[in-house]
Amino acid sequence: MENASLLTLFVRSVFVDNMIFALFLGMCSYLAVSKSVKTALGLGIAVIFVLAVTLPINYLLQTKVLGPGAIVEGVDLSFLSFILFIAVIAGIVQLVEMFIEKFSPALYSQLGIFLPLIAVNCAIMGGSLFMQQRIGLAADDPKFLGSIVDALVYALGSGLGWLIAIVSFAAIREKMAYSNVPAALKGLGIAFITVGLMAMSFMCFSGLKL
Amino acid sequence: MSELFSKKNKEAFTLPLSKDNPVTVQVLGICSALAVTAQLEPAIVMGLAVTIIVAFSNVIISLMRNTIPTRIRIIVQLVVVAALVTIVNQVLKAFAYNVAQALSVYVGLIITNCILMGRLEAFAMTNKPWPSFLDGLGNGLGYAKILVIVAFFRELLGSGTIFGVNILNYECVKNAGYMNNGMMLMPAMALIVVACIVWWQRAHNKDLQEK
Repeated sequence: MENASLLTLFVRSVFVDNMIFALFLGMCSYLAVSKSVKTALGLGIAVIFVLAVTLPINYLLQTKVLGPGAIVEGVDLSFLSFILFIAVIAGIVQLVEMFIEKFSPALYSQLGIFLPLIAVNCAIMGGSLFMQQRIGLAADDPKFLGSIVDALVYALGSGLGWLIAIVSFAAIREKMAYSNVPAALKGLGIAFITVGLMAMSFMCFSGLKL
Repeated sequence: MSELFSKKNKEAFTLPLSKDNPVTVQVLGICSALAVTAQLEPAIVMGLAVTIIVAFSNVIISLMRNTIPTRIRIIVQLVVVAALVTIVNQVLKAFAYNVAQALSVYVGLIITNCILMGRLEAFAMTNKPWPSFLDGLGNGLGYAKILVIVAFFRELLGSGTIFGVNILNYECVKNAGYMNNGMMLMPAMALIVVACIVWWQRAHNKDLQEK
């Protein structure tokens, strides 16, 4: 794919198909780990990293092993994709954890708690499942993923979108700690409403002509 | 028999339906709760699928709880869940293809649904199979309950139908000045509806309010 459409894919996956505001992926950790900007940033970076590693691997797995007729002519192994994708993700997360622990203890102590969490973050698995869906699209569709570079760009874009969403939400939440909220809405309730309003504002990107 | 339905076992089943609801109190499994609730039918199918998967993965993990090494327990749990989800996905594709299309990737995302991992870690790893089964059933149904409530309001106010059956789209209703709120079908409104449920629940139950 030429560079212009790679850029389109990137911008689309950051803003239009935002993991949080358009698809609700990774909501659990999004709500749980957004109490301070610093930890939110750490989790966001970890998500970008794991997405960028697992998505291209799962792309290769899907096209070279699982897809229709990839190994044996006429055999479609796509029904195995759930187990294989999650095994890749869990394995990679474990590997990354050990790798960072060995080579960068400082980064490890910052990210350490989040890394195991990421294996069960819907955003990672969701990225792989949407990738699987997008491979089957028509080649002129802006969502189409045709090569491993596309898959990587899509992973980076969605990860960045997730990071922007969690950091901005954490910033709002830090300020909100000082505001006077009805007792029954405190904490979870007002968090949901805030995300809802943010999602509405992100809806304006869906009209973007790219 | 009385032991099977002791007070503790009953609580494992009933608490998640009300006071300890997985979505509104434990804040688990939000992703799919929001994404599949634009209409009632997919919401109910999703709720049932999650119920079945939580209940049976709880039983399986509970049976194996003494043999799983702690270091790799997450991977073991994920594989068990992924196998069950694959079965459910194939069954849905075979018998309810339209709903399976409507749910798209969200069936696969049951694997990473936090309710599953949350219940496996918090309950099934330390309890016997029968209480684990009840706990899974209770949590699954508690999740389904929220899904159905959210989907009911979104479908009624958003497209004026219930289960695709026309309720509000009549000339006389339109002439009276009523319009369907297209906003309700957007993902953003799902969050607001869930917030209203949380608000209602916490206003009626002071113990749940956060300080």
